[in-house]
Amino acid sequence: MTTILESLPSEHPRSAGPPVPIKTNTKRDITDNIFRLVVKASGGATFVVLFAIGFFLFWQALPAFRHMGWAFFTTSEFHTQGANAKFGVKAALYGSIVVALVAIVVAVPVSLSAALFINEYAPRSVFGRVPLRSFLISTIDLMAAVPSIIYGLWGLYVLQPYIARIAHWLSVHLAFIPIFRVTPGTTVFTGSYLIAGILVAIMIMPIVTSISREIISLTPGGEREGALALGATRARVIGSVVLPFAKGGMVGAVMLGMGRALGEAIAVELVLALSFGTSIQLNSSGVTIASLIANRFGAGGTYGFSSLLACGFVLFVFTLAVNLIASTIVSRSRRA
Amino acid sequence: MAVTRPYEAPRVGHGDRYDHGSVLLAGQPAHRTRIRPRDLAGKDVALIAVTALAAYCVVWITFYQLTLLSGQVGFILCWVGSFLVLYYVVNLLVSGRRVAADRAVAALITVGGLCLFTPLVLIVIYLFAKGARFLSFHLLVASQQGVEETCIPGFPCTKPGVLNALVGTAEQIGLATLIGVPAGVLTAVYLNEVGGRFTQAVRVIVTSMSGVPAILAGAFVYAFWITGFLHQGFSGFAGALALTVILLPTVCRGTEEVLRIVPNDLREASTALAAPQWRTVWSVVLPTARSGLVTAVLLAIAVALGETAPLLLTIFGSAALNVNPFNGPQMAMPLLVFQEVHKPLQSDINLAYAAALALFLMVFTLFVVARVLSSDWLGNRVRASMNKRRSTKARAAREGGS
Repeated sequence: MTTILESLPSEHPRSAGPPVPIKTNTKRDITDNIFRLVVKASGGATFVVLFAIGFFLFWQALPAFRHMGWAFFTTSEFHTQGANAKFGVKAALYGSIVVALVAIVVAVPVSLSAALFINEYAPRSVFGRVPLRSFLISTIDLMAAVPSIIYGLWGLYVLQPYIARIAHWLSVHLAFIPIFRVTPGTTVFTGSYLIAGILVAIMIMPIVTSISREIISLTPGGEREGALALGATRARVIGSVVLPFAKGGMVGAVMLGMGRALGEAIAVELVLALSFGTSIQLNSSGVTIASLIANRFGAGGTYGFSSLLACGFVLFVFTLAVNLIASTIVSRSRRA
Repeated sequence: MAVTRPYEAPRVGHGDRYDHGSVLLAGQPAHRTRIRPRDLAGKDVALIAVTALAAYCVVWITFYQLTLLSGQVGFILCWVGSFLVLYYVVNLLVSGRRVAADRAVAALITVGGLCLFTPLVLIVIYLFAKGARFLSFHLLVASQQGVEETCIPGFPCTKPGVLNALVGTAEQIGLATLIGVPAGVLTAVYLNEVGGRFTQAVRVIVTSMSGVPAILAGAFVYAFWITGFLHQGFSGFAGALALTVILLPTVCRGTEEVLRIVPNDLREASTALAAPQWRTVWSVVLPTARSGLVTAVLLAIAVALGETAPLLLTIFGSAALNVNPFNGPQMAMPLLVFQEVHKPLQSDINLAYAAALALFLMVFTLFVVARVLSSDWLGNRVRASMNKRRSTKARAAREGGS
């Protein structure tokens, strides 16, 4: 049986010889190669910058590390003058962690309920016109952009007197809890870990809220509606669908907030009264690594700057670890 | 505050806002009221108001009369706490356990949510109360040099201004933008458009870079540029370098999020038209993402504008006006606030307040511009008017040509 197709080739102009494959140019343009090179270089530049930050901090800190050796991690005091200089990161690292922990304890309930409020309870719009939900979301972004120096000013002059009264009340009525106890005659309830922690909590709330809100909004609608259809109240939907789903991501959000809290320098420097103790009492003064650098910069001394950079290097490694763990958790729960 | 209402049979009423077609009822056209669990009926509002009032009274008596406590913050905390307890109890009596628990959780979450926004409101009020009096045109034309208290009586004496800080901030932010924004956008293009073996690694690096404490960015530039390695000394450019470390990851992450929502069809169409990749990125992807890009960049600049810590170690601060960012110490707005606050004189602190308010207004303006450009409401209007103008121009050209 002959088909039309069999008869076709003889009439086709290119059928004279053996079939010739069409040549297509699959080579990249030279301009494209340059483009890819530039873009890849800028991607690689981020590697270089992050590596350079760690390297130069460490390099400039070497004299301090050499002078103190491992005792750098177990010394609280900070005397950088002369050949008998004695300094260490212990008090500052302890203070950073205490302030960050106080901040987390204060910030998490507020951030969590704010995230739930925006996603679950706030009406999408008010009076049919004002887009309330997106307004609240951009307000949170604005709070994250408010300069830390302004938070610091406000914390120093407005927040501190109020918190001091509460701190006093806590020290009187909850003295059986060691962290609220006060050694008589030593504290005036200002410039304490507690106040710095609460201020830093206010500063990290926006970031914790916006990440947890984003994760909460990814809750699958089907499961939520299923729970509602089974007769669950909205509180039960939050408790049995939303929170279990968002748990992992919120842990990551809190850790990212903790990374911020560890590195906050300016506001803490303004509020926290400088001292190099490692007291367990929240009402005592102290120091964090970041506030130490902001405070002692330019103080001079034999190991003046290298000791600060040594502390900075410790902070760098610490925040890097916290942030890496946190961002891994967040991105994993975003994908899930 | 939103509450869940117990189920009620659909009510039948007249003249309602939610008119979902008429239902024939006893031969009469009637309107069916739509009930949503979020709606607050008058009854619910009254319940909340009465409970709040009762809680206020109870707390007032115990707080001020019985235990002789004082302090506004403590009072408000006690009030809110007892309101929540009382609200649960009242609902327990009125509607039962399930409804009471649900409403108590709603109230708790709403109160917690409001707690988040209280500081912002208080800070704005505080800044205006303290700084608005000292804002003047004079601030913009004088630098900090020639401060009042060092004046000799009988000689003309100038009040301090913030010109030196404004110029410094403008130059530092400008330089940081010049370096950081292209680098950030290119890195985002690498992550989203080009890719390769290291995409995931670069993404992790950018994320960790955005978590580097701001003060360490300053310390790094100090160790690298100012003393240890290159010995360049304090300058505005060093500050710009430190700000770049802050700016780059923010720009990159914002841009990547915007690029991700550019539809893939556009890229494929461009490739099908035999455009090389750089052409696709330059003429298709980036223009499509333009408004989002502008928003991401402006937000990043707004954040960088308020950073004090990286500048503290890099520009050192100078009371005199220094217009050259490449030589000698400069001042910046946030650093000015930080330094003036540490001085003992009230006039210095007043200057700090004025500068802090000005700084906040700058950040706020940038923020609002960024939001307006990206919002559906106004952004669309602006874009529509631009398109209209473009199309009328094109039509005019066509008609003129033919």
